[in-house]
Amino acid sequence: MSHTATEMMTIAAARALRSDHVCFVGIGAPSAACNLARLTHAPGITLIYESGTIATRPDVLPLSIGDGELCDTALVTVDVPEMFRYWLQGGRISVGFLGGAQIDRFANLNTTVVGPYATPKVRLPGGGGAPEIASGCGEIFIIMTQSRRSFVERLDFVTSMGHGEGGDHRARLGLRTKGPTRVVTDLCVMEPDPATKELTVTSIHPGVTREAITEATGWPIRFAAEIAETPPPTATELAVLRDLHERTRRAHSSSA
Amino acid sequence: MAEILPLRDAIARTVGDGDTVALEGFTHLIPYAAGHEIIRQRRTGLHLIRMTPDILYDQMIGMGCAARLTFSWGGNPGVGSLHRLRDAVENGWPGPLEIEEHSHAAMANAYDAGAANLPFAVFRGYVGADLPKVNPNIRYVDCPYTGERLATVPAIRPDVAVIHALRADREGNVLLEGIVGVQKQAVLAAKRSVVTVEEIVDELEDGSPNRVILPSWTITAIAEVPGGAHPSYAHGYYPRDNAFYIAWDPIARDRDRFRAWMDANVMTKGPEDFARHPRRHRVGEDA
Repeated sequence: MSHTATEMMTIAAARALRSDHVCFVGIGAPSAACNLARLTHAPGITLIYESGTIATRPDVLPLSIGDGELCDTALVTVDVPEMFRYWLQGGRISVGFLGGAQIDRFANLNTTVVGPYATPKVRLPGGGGAPEIASGCGEIFIIMTQSRRSFVERLDFVTSMGHGEGGDHRARLGLRTKGPTRVVTDLCVMEPDPATKELTVTSIHPGVTREAITEATGWPIRFAAEIAETPPPTATELAVLRDLHERTRRAHSSSA
Repeated sequence: MAEILPLRDAIARTVGDGDTVALEGFTHLIPYAAGHEIIRQRRTGLHLIRMTPDILYDQMIGMGCAARLTFSWGGNPGVGSLHRLRDAVENGWPGPLEIEEHSHAAMANAYDAGAANLPFAVFRGYVGADLPKVNPNIRYVDCPYTGERLATVPAIRPDVAVIHALRADREGNVLLEGIVGVQKQAVLAAKRSVVTVEEIVDELEDGSPNRVILPSWTITAIAEVPGGAHPSYAHGYYPRDNAFYIAWDPIARDRDRFRAWMDANVMTKGPEDFARHPRRHRVGEDA
């Protein structure tokens, strides 16, 4: 079955999740990947949204992090101070799943501004939960469409820290969590080099060339010595993802 | 004791020009009707506070109510930017907007500190992030027991908190359930508060034992406004109008179209106009 690059990205990201993960879900692409994982190979996964919904099982993708669907299907819903104090800061969440507007070679993310902070070219929504998700979850997965505009040499603003300046920067700041361990794009999968923490391509999606990845990256991207080809989507993965999107589209278009 | 008033009077008596006002609601129970009443009463110079300013704050900023905004995520959830907020920050239209920006964890902790009558909140936050470089209100303390360096932010203490809830009884005790956000903390942190509710009932009998109750003596004024959270939602009454959030984007992109929409749907309307939403969208019924 043929598929789009975005479908490959979502499916490759979903595959990184396991049934025993407790996952803090960002809205948009992370939400699609996390729910696809829940509906396919990781039925036991605990999905947490920052609105306070814990172990939620939505039938359609929420448009916002606080749709009623999330609360209706959650094991429990807590208030927002409790969510950030007891659950995230308390160290009870194993994976944070984030997206962003800009990323750099050490997987630091920007969702705050393009251009100078005081006189921005583009004012983006801001950090929301991301600054503390990035430091408080056991590890971080990132999903982003790859282009020179988004994969940049230098971030305009560090909204949330990945590996900082690389190497042992996180440890020097007192962080014991792993930080970003995987970045999934519409072209490939990247993982940080074990020593330098610089993002390195470890798996290339079917039909994508090294040149295309280099061209879509704003810094001289590194490739691992051994590179896998990402297995193409299975018929089941595609069918479940398309069903989910179709249910979601129908649900969000009906209104006054 | 909370006074039960028409919304016009509740806002007129509690919200003044230049006040620090927190209209809270974390996606659920956003007090749209109360916000529209503040716009109609032409309040100006407000310092607006909210974790997640969405369309309501886009409307208030675009109509010139705000001089300042304290926030942690300003967008149209799942849709994109708030164009009126962006226009104010990027171009100073309709007036300059000063911003103070935090993370969600910081604001949640700051509300909690405000409710607890503490001067500041302490938490493990902002590690490696740039916000502390541009926000002088983010400072640090060393833990007196372990030496760990921890982030601090000042407690949020609004002049007025405004929230929407499900029900109040005739004594003015208020109930909310579902995604409850920071609404309890916002009311307890504020000097004055206004709560709009879906309905006023004889007894608050329904709900779990852990429902959130704000006793009457913690609230200044209550107004019954059925549908008052639309296009946000009220758990058990009507669902979130996601299509409206999507439809807002092109309206807000254009200054003239925005102003025309506000004239037609806010300036010449009243709180009673919200009543059609729960009827139209009652949970479990066809639209």
